[in-house]
Amino acid sequence: MPSFPGDVWRRRTPAKSLAVWACWLAAVLLIVQCWTILNENTIWEFVYDAPAQAGDLLGRMFPPRWSVLPSLWQPIWDTINMATLGTLLGILIGVPVAFLAARNTTPSVAVARPLALMAIVSSRSINALIWALLLVTVLGPGVLAGIIAIGLRSIGFVGKLLYEAIEEVDAKQVEAIEATGASGAQRLIFAIVPQIMPAFAGIAVYRWDINIRESAVLGLVGAGGIGLQLNASVSRLAWPEVTVIFAAILVTVFASEWVSAQVRKRII
Amino acid sequence: MSETWSPPPAIRNPWLRYGLYLGAAVYLSLALGTLHLNWARLAEGLDRGWAFVSAFGHPDISKHWREIWEGFVESLTMTVVATALGILISLPVGLGAARNLAPMPLYLLCRGIVAISRTFPEIIVAILFVKMFGFGPLAGVATLAFATIGFMAKLLAEDIEDIDPRQVEAIRATGAGPFQVLNYAVQPQVMARFIGLSVYRLDINFRESAVIGIVGAGGIGATLNTSFERYEFDTAAAILLTIIGIVMATEYFSSVVRERLR
Repeated sequence: MPSFPGDVWRRRTPAKSLAVWACWLAAVLLIVQCWTILNENTIWEFVYDAPAQAGDLLGRMFPPRWSVLPSLWQPIWDTINMATLGTLLGILIGVPVAFLAARNTTPSVAVARPLALMAIVSSRSINALIWALLLVTVLGPGVLAGIIAIGLRSIGFVGKLLYEAIEEVDAKQVEAIEATGASGAQRLIFAIVPQIMPAFAGIAVYRWDINIRESAVLGLVGAGGIGLQLNASVSRLAWPEVTVIFAAILVTVFASEWVSAQVRKRII
Repeated sequence: MSETWSPPPAIRNPWLRYGLYLGAAVYLSLALGTLHLNWARLAEGLDRGWAFVSAFGHPDISKHWREIWEGFVESLTMTVVATALGILISLPVGLGAARNLAPMPLYLLCRGIVAISRTFPEIIVAILFVKMFGFGPLAGVATLAFATIGFMAKLLAEDIEDIDPRQVEAIRATGAGPFQVLNYAVQPQVMARFIGLSVYRLDINFRESAVIGIVGAGGIGATLNTSFERYEFDTAAAILLTIIGIVMATEYFSSVVRERLR
């Protein structure tokens, strides 16, 4: 590119920067259009009222009613169990799905792999709350619906991260094991599994940590745990109790995050 | 030597190893003991479960076409506006939360904002915003934007902390002011990943927007909730399939964008 004195350095050619600007313009237009649609569906009188409402809410939430705390131990225990058993369920189903989805371990690229990928996408697209909503209508309210909801949501997470880890294994080690005359199963156990074990442990603990958060709110749709208490208190407008429940959720979430960070530090 | 080789155990110390096994077994039996399965209710549920699964064979989008259409339009508009708003606010917060750019007090403040935004699940934030803004999509936009701030600011700050300091030094050596340093040394190093993350967050926000409607924050979640309550599984199946389709489309879009940026 010829340069003239007084020219300012530019990163892109004019055509390219025009294209970049066109992209930005399209994005801004889209956002403005979306905002107009939203604007039509919003009752602004309620919004002007929001700071007053927020103040009112805070006023109602304090002082917290700490006396409800003893009744929260059981729901917290249920929440942790839902997360743990749900994670186990997710791993139980997610691991085989991952092996079916990984290009280097799938039995058939034409049939099994697309099906496994489809299962992963479906599980990832649907939030645990929606699974719970569905399972509560099917199985009735309770911890079981929560466990299955958490499990179904975890399949996609575990499956996706694990199959990516499997596809990234060192091919030389696999070849070395194959050269000893190993069967298909031996190839999996001695060449692939040891290589993905650290990644797998990390994924499992990480998902458990996320699942604690999710299972804390599943009760909102009737699936057991501390969310059930939260729902009851919110619908009774018992805001001092809500504060205590928030605090309990926070402590549980922080504790699980600490545990998972410790475990991951040990493994990796 | 006819012994076959077996791989060494992951935990060397046998006491610790069997202790962990025992602990896991005790925990599992305790946890499973709290399940209180009601077999009669489960048997009754199986029929309904089957009705739902078979509804995926004949999803019905036409019966409540209007509600579904409005729900999706609302979800998508909420997603776009909330993502844009959240990213806009996350920029200064992310810059402030990067240890190598910000002075200590600003760093702590911004890290605090990030921590608050990331701690609470979206649905709980949605409950509070619905109380503040009233039912409707605006509460949803506020919720998603709030969650986006923590997510984007944290990842942006981490990216900025990982940048190559030599480039910053080089730009600074030309006599650049702090904003020129940001523009010419920091921004080029983090921009590609930031746009990639924004697209990823757009994708997450759409998925979340399908949920927060359950507590009244607008979007397709409300429609979905109603269809479950009426046991209209064919409508619910149609909505779920559409959500999966849109998520697949946005995921494809975001992977194309990220591929392009690389």
